[in-house]
Amino acid sequence: MNRPLDAELHAWADDRLDPARAAEVSAWLAAHPDEGARLTAWKRQKELLHAAFDPVLDEPVPARLADAAARRAPARAWRIAAAVGWLAIGVVAGYQLHGARHADAAAPALARQAAIAHVVYAPEVRHPVEVGADQEAHLVQWLSKRLGTPLKTPHFAAQGFELVGGRLLPGERGPVAQFMYQDRGGRRLTLYVNSDGDNRDTAFRYAQEGKVGVFYWLDGRLGYALSGELPRAELLAIAESAYRQLNP
Amino acid sequence: MDDLAAHLPRLRRYARALTGDRHRADDLVQDTLERALTRSSLWRRGSKLDAWLLTIMHNLFVNQVRTQARQATEALDALPVEPAQRAMQADALEVRDLDAALAALPVEQRAVLLLVTLDERSYEETARILDIPVGTVMSRLSRARERLRQLLDGSAAPALKVVK
Repeated sequence: MNRPLDAELHAWADDRLDPARAAEVSAWLAAHPDEGARLTAWKRQKELLHAAFDPVLDEPVPARLADAAARRAPARAWRIAAAVGWLAIGVVAGYQLHGARHADAAAPALARQAAIAHVVYAPEVRHPVEVGADQEAHLVQWLSKRLGTPLKTPHFAAQGFELVGGRLLPGERGPVAQFMYQDRGGRRLTLYVNSDGDNRDTAFRYAQEGKVGVFYWLDGRLGYALSGELPRAELLAIAESAYRQLNP
Repeated sequence: MDDLAAHLPRLRRYARALTGDRHRADDLVQDTLERALTRSSLWRRGSKLDAWLLTIMHNLFVNQVRTQARQATEALDALPVEPAQRAMQADALEVRDLDAALAALPVEQRAVLLLVTLDERSYEETARILDIPVGTVMSRLSRARERLRQLLDGSAAPALKVVK
């Protein structure tokens, strides 16, 4: 018998030949000990690889991977594009958006409620939050459970704001989460999150309620509103950062 | 796209062998999932989801390796002194365990070897996943198996001259 083709030798090592051909190749290998040793080493490699890495199959899957796999694939790309587009328009057109916000009745209510919650709790000196940032994991878990959907806390260290903590608030149609942030100058921001469930997605909108500026947007089940007595451009940069962190 | 989670154990096993590092492997799997979700419109219904995920993972990994290679080159260029050649020979001598031997294989060969042997993919499927011809799969498989055999035998180590 002639030397088998390389492809056949690989198929032999991988147990992919039909039994008759496999027997012929085995006989040829027995008659050619050098090739036989080489092919035996190939088979041995495969056993070593399985022995070394098959235990990974039985490891518990890390939560971050299970979460990533469980996430649905919304039309995220166009939403980001839409948000970026609106941001650009928002920067240029300023208050024109303010007049256009009647397009979605749920959104102005969100902005107003967020602004009210902001002015009520942001001045609090001794009890600004129920659960402090030192227990951030617990805070997120608790509020996620109460809102019935996984929440994330964005971070704004790059903009100079640290998380103070958060609290649970009553909303029109159920529980609402409020996260509070503070910079070194004592200025405070709040991020108000509701889960009304039937929100239509929107891009960023801006509302001014008294001294408080609010950027708000709807994202699937969740409505977000970022409130603060900050220059609008600064608030916008932080809202944009929040959006990116919440929609990585 | 509903059953991504079902593929996680095998993706993790492959990534672990490919990267040789637990954390790096899981980072790669996570990047793969996120890429898959943002590019879900590119997945053709009816095609195998796990094969598509492996294609994404391979492309991400190759890009990472290229970036690292570029950074490593820059780092070497910045070194004030030449790295000692002898250190590299000593490394070759110390290649004994499977992880190190795998890491010594070029990425393209490693991917073919692992898809065929560890993940038990057919040669044709491996070709589709890596977007290369089947003939290239076979030639890379030959080189990978021979190189790995030499590494594990220790015969790839440079011959030492006994200096008296």
